[in-house]
Amino acid sequence: MESLAKVIGVIHISAAIALSNGIFTTFGQSKVACQAIESIARQPEAANDIRSAMFVGLAMCETSGIYGLLIAIIMLFANPLLEKLISLIG
Amino acid sequence: MNLNIDNLWVLNVAGIEVWITETIFNTWIIMAFLIVLALIARLKLKSFKEIPTGAQNVIELVVEIFDNFATETLGEKLSYISPWYFMVFVYLLSCCLFSIFGFRAPSADWATTFALAFASFSLMIIMGFKHRKGEYLKGFFTPHFIFFPMNLIGELAKPVSLSFRLFGNMLSGTIILTLYYGLTPLFVQFGIPVFLHAFFDVIFGAIQTYIFVIISLMYVSGAASD
Repeated sequence: MESLAKVIGVIHISAAIALSNGIFTTFGQSKVACQAIESIARQPEAANDIRSAMFVGLAMCETSGIYGLLIAIIMLFANPLLEKLISLIG
Repeated sequence: MNLNIDNLWVLNVAGIEVWITETIFNTWIIMAFLIVLALIARLKLKSFKEIPTGAQNVIELVVEIFDNFATETLGEKLSYISPWYFMVFVYLLSCCLFSIFGFRAPSADWATTFALAFASFSLMIIMGFKHRKGEYLKGFFTPHFIFFPMNLIGELAKPVSLSFRLFGNMLSGTIILTLYYGLTPLFVQFGIPVFLHAFFDVIFGAIQTYIFVIISLMYVSGAASD
């Protein structure tokens, strides 16, 4: 029982680490939005083009954050290495 | 709201178990709704006039907006595939709006998003071969044939990243709403979740639908136009 608790703890910590890439994702997205707002303020007539380009850029930046989320979910609910981890720690 | 995808019933087709999951069932509901809408639009088409009124206005407006959008991204020559992406757009949007009613959105299942992304990927390859023939194959070996493995991985990553992006976004909304419904007492579960639904289902769903379609269109135009 104790080894299972240890395994669950390790899995949760690793999921949290996987999610922590959200820091950098958010930072990158903020830079994209910041530049887009700046260029819209400079050239308001090009606002529509800049907005659509901004959305595509934001989506591209978001991909790494989404991968982190998926890795965290796979670790928590469908861990392929669970047996190995239990035998290693227990 | 549930994190797991429930299995509703199991069919036996020629000795093979076919699982009818919540996703498939919800997809059928959305399909029925969209087919009925399409049939109504088709029946209305007979009574269309030169000067539009009422429902004709709405139908023409929607189709025209999407056609212009596809033509802008793809160019005049390739815009004949825009009906397929119109279907993808409407389907994904109704998936997101479906989860407002408390059901699980079909796009919060990787099977649905991967099917759509794989269709985009196949369409990209077919359009590339159709419009550029040998040139498209040659593109894998530029700038030098050593780069072939890298180009191949880059191409194969396209459907995966396309499907994971949509799936992850829809799943994150589902997870947050499930946590909210699971952790809060009953008296705050009326009224307040409206804002969460509006943010995670309507806004995120609309943005991700737009992005899915525009990135697919960009892949197709990148493969097919030189």
